[in-house]
Amino acid sequence: MRVTGPSGKAAQKRYGVYRNNVTVSLIEALAAIYPAVQRITGGEFFRAMARFHIRSTPPTSPLLFEYGHDFPAFIEKYEHAQSMPWLADIARIERAWLDAYHTADAAPLKPEALAAVPVNCLADLVFVPHPSTRIVRSPYPAIAIFAMNRGDSPVGPIEIVEPEDALITRPQDEVVVRRLPPGGAVFLASLISGESLGVAAATACEVEPSIQIAACITDMIEAGAFAALRCGE
Amino acid sequence: MSSVIDASTSPAARALRSPAQPIAGRAGTSFKHQHLEAILSDAPQGSFFEVHAENYMGAGGPPHRALGRLRREAPVSIHGVSLSIGGPQPLDSAHVARLRALVERYDPVLVSEHLAWSSHGTTYFNDLLPLPYTDATLARVCEHIAQVQDAIRCPMLLENPATYVLFRDSTMSETDFVRAVARRTGCGLLLDVNNVYVSAINHGYCPLQYLATFPLGAVEEIHLAGHVEQTDDEGDRLLIDSHDGPVADAVWALFGMVIARCGPIPTLVEWDGNVPDWPVLKAEAMAAQAVLDRDRPANVCA
Repeated sequence: MRVTGPSGKAAQKRYGVYRNNVTVSLIEALAAIYPAVQRITGGEFFRAMARFHIRSTPPTSPLLFEYGHDFPAFIEKYEHAQSMPWLADIARIERAWLDAYHTADAAPLKPEALAAVPVNCLADLVFVPHPSTRIVRSPYPAIAIFAMNRGDSPVGPIEIVEPEDALITRPQDEVVVRRLPPGGAVFLASLISGESLGVAAATACEVEPSIQIAACITDMIEAGAFAALRCGE
Repeated sequence: MSSVIDASTSPAARALRSPAQPIAGRAGTSFKHQHLEAILSDAPQGSFFEVHAENYMGAGGPPHRALGRLRREAPVSIHGVSLSIGGPQPLDSAHVARLRALVERYDPVLVSEHLAWSSHGTTYFNDLLPLPYTDATLARVCEHIAQVQDAIRCPMLLENPATYVLFRDSTMSETDFVRAVARRTGCGLLLDVNNVYVSAINHGYCPLQYLATFPLGAVEEIHLAGHVEQTDDEGDRLLIDSHDGPVADAVWALFGMVIARCGPIPTLVEWDGNVPDWPVLKAEAMAAQAVLDRDRPANVCA
């Protein structure tokens, strides 16, 4: 080894300081991004899982708040987390939360903007998504589990066990996680991809005939999911 | 293209960022968001604050809102921790561009980075790793610093590292190395007194000896911080630069000696882990300010 202690002293433990700094600081970085996952698994489980992930997928950017985008997929395959099949979705919500926190600031679309649109233009409306808008779909009650474990308050049983799709936004300073109604995720994803309101509504109705398009769009605007709208062709 | 300039022939390169240096002889602290409201109502007059550059390289959101509010009230120093100036590979040009944008946005009173490396290949290690001191590493560090200074359009400060190992192939001392860097690039130096103490204990030399050979005339900022104590393979003291506690008495003593010799130099107390409530951090800054305010001649280190 090229490194040494003073006067040729052994450097194993000294070299270990660096090794330890790297590993511990990256585990802490993941713990800061995924506090609910850590609370659910417990610290020891989390550190072991994070250590495996860091070894296989170390950060490639010096911006640590960008780290861990592959962690949810890693959790999904992690041998010791198979008894918690919903855990990866909690991680996906937490990762989306931090993405929304750091995205560019933009004024959200005001609710009255929609009211000002002539009725014959409605079907052609195209919505510009707010930079912070994220969707996380889950076949599990991921929002309930996320919300219960994100803070320090005591956890209890999940009352309603059904799939939950999350809408994550940050219209101002606060990141907000809301539940989308059935079909809402398909509807919003279609709008985000640039489809007109008419096309997005038809797509959503196909997967969820009972979807209330008007209420859905109002809720999304209120959540700050959009930055602007424009009348299409 | 970046150019290595000689400070002696380019006095403009050594000009301070702001003509009226607002932090001359002042003490400051690391800025932590949880302290923002307390700082805005209770910061000592003339205090300055330092942030890690990387924490403000997101596009928007609460970090920028907080730093913007602070910046309207006080001078801010930007301290990079991941540029990897001491590494063998070219600097990450996207990261240099981000630093430049940050400097343009916040007009900091100081910009600093470490004599260390933290990236290799595409991997980022999130630690300040040491380098051997040789002609080859000197040339590379100077080239990297010139590139940064070209990008941010002002001189940066280079910080002496806290180290735990030495390199068999080093051919010069750390103090000779940083002196050569400052002379060749026109950069200033950030003297981290805690790092001086940590490295001196770890490598068994006298911190006063280190300071006696350090180019103190190029120092434009001082760092103070806490460290923790461990032991090495042979059970000897091994200090870790942890930034998670108060400044040690031995470090205060060294700091007092530097100020007695050089006169007041802007001094910043770093505290990054187990961050205490604002009054504790403020008290550390005020203790540093008391040392700076002792009746001393103006800067006499040349």
